[in-house]
Amino acid sequence: MGSIAGLGVLIALPLVTPAYFLHLLIQILLWGFIYTAWSTMGRFGLVSLGHGAFMGVGAYVPALLWNYFDVTPWLGIPLGIVLSALLGVIIGYPCFRLKVVGHYFALVTLALGQVVLLSIVAARDITGGSLGMTPRSIGRSWYALQFPDKAYFYVIALVVWLGGLLVWRWIDRGIGREALEAISDDEEAAAAVGIDVTREKLRVTVISAALTALGGALFGQYLMYLNPESVSGIGVSLQIVFAAIAGGMYAMLGPTVGALLTIALTEGLRVWFGANFVGAANAIYGILLILFVVFMPRGILGWLEMARRPRAATAPAE
Amino acid sequence: MDMFLLEAAINGLLLAGVLALLTLGLNLIFGVIDVVWIAYADLVMCGMYAVYWLFAVFGWPLPLAFAASVVGVAALGVIVHLLIIAPILSSAPINQLLATGGLLYFLQSFATLLFTTDFRNIGVRLPIIEIGGIYISYSRLLAFAVALVGATALYLFLKRTYIGTAIRAIAQDREIIGLMGVDQRRIYLVTSAIGGALAGLGACLLALQYDVHPFIGNTFGPLIFMICVLGGLGNMIGGFIAAFIISQIIAIGGYYFSTELSYVLAFMLFIVLMFVRPQGIVRR
Repeated sequence: MGSIAGLGVLIALPLVTPAYFLHLLIQILLWGFIYTAWSTMGRFGLVSLGHGAFMGVGAYVPALLWNYFDVTPWLGIPLGIVLSALLGVIIGYPCFRLKVVGHYFALVTLALGQVVLLSIVAARDITGGSLGMTPRSIGRSWYALQFPDKAYFYVIALVVWLGGLLVWRWIDRGIGREALEAISDDEEAAAAVGIDVTREKLRVTVISAALTALGGALFGQYLMYLNPESVSGIGVSLQIVFAAIAGGMYAMLGPTVGALLTIALTEGLRVWFGANFVGAANAIYGILLILFVVFMPRGILGWLEMARRPRAATAPAE
Repeated sequence: MDMFLLEAAINGLLLAGVLALLTLGLNLIFGVIDVVWIAYADLVMCGMYAVYWLFAVFGWPLPLAFAASVVGVAALGVIVHLLIIAPILSSAPINQLLATGGLLYFLQSFATLLFTTDFRNIGVRLPIIEIGGIYISYSRLLAFAVALVGATALYLFLKRTYIGTAIRAIAQDREIIGLMGVDQRRIYLVTSAIGGALAGLGACLLALQYDVHPFIGNTFGPLIFMICVLGGLGNMIGGFIAAFIISQIIAIGGYYFSTELSYVLAFMLFIVLMFVRPQGIVRR
């Protein structure tokens, strides 16, 4: 009942909120979606430091197709998602087959993020390089998925975010979850009881990559501006990890709480100190990330849940 | 043979010196404390700012500014160890990596806050030497020489002194060392200080060649990680060799294609090598 009432409030919001808050809400929903996507693999010990790679592919493929070949984002976005998922397989399959785990996996994904980032910069003749690019604007159009009016994007972001939660729930309730938890506890033992380790890991990786690409694509469509650093840089990849951990990657709404927290913090500090203190919010993120990892590795929601149910204290990440 | 190609190769060789120095510091910390400092390149950034402010703004003599940078970053290394690494020494490696990731975020943003995103140059222009039609920048040559001296000094320290021997022993067998009457915590502090000092020294050498800005760590940080892992984490000689291989790929790739593509090439090589030889290119 509570969730239905909450949903009702979320749907009614654009009718009553000023544009600035709507902008914040859209950002919270889209980032919440991306953080949720990261957590679908992060919660099973697959810590990726290169999700910017998937965001970058997801954002640039539809924008490039639109600008150069007039292909509608309705085709471009799915193509970007497929390519991103493919990238997940290309990186994931050898990693999982050859047992590249833990911080080695993190470093491989970090390198992947760099490959995508630098490839976008290197292809500056078509992508605009470090200066970024703007999808060709044709005003309000469903065909081009461009809406100057924020309310449209709010609804899109809401639907996509809900979809992300449904995927989370589907994984959470499925048989794969237990297999994955067994794998993140002890890979050898999981393999010994007949779990196909590579397949299970690959499945969440592909899902995570695909959802992240969709998030990246929608950001591109919403902001109408793409920049390699802001979709694929190390900063973005770390921000994803930080927010997901801060909110709690083991709870369904945890990553969204992370998005809410980080955006509220950024905006709060921006309003408080003015634009001169651009670095302040990120500096505080950094400190919080350290504190969270040291004192609260399950995140805010995880911590609250643990306080309520002492039994859940057996954290897979520790 | 193509003169420009030769020039690119020589410049790659000179770049390798500084990268090898930084790899040594990172490797030492990994081998001894068993922690991946993802923010290592940002300590270098701090050192570069120290050199910039002391030399270019406050007008200290350059050698004094360099010494201050080395000492300052060494102290920073100790602080990082005490505040961040020591409390989570026993938790999962990935958590340690994430905590130093938080440090990276913090240092970059804090530098942005203090110094803005302007590119700053210390304004020292060393001459360029011409040898038989090949142009070599004196600052790179100097950096290479200092890096070699630094590496040799570290080698002698590890081989000849008591505490150096203890550091090598810990890198080989963490469990037994306590029984030998070595204070592990002290060794960790010394190691963090040396790792920091090497970052500070690397910062001095890089400040001669590049502008400093808050995100400079991102440009070569992933690179030194990659070199470290390629050489086999904790393997110093492997790291040294890997630094030369990667710099050559970047220099020669940059000559044939573009700088970005040569980095892409190097990162792809890293990913592939992680699959083929996760223990590094040199056997321990």
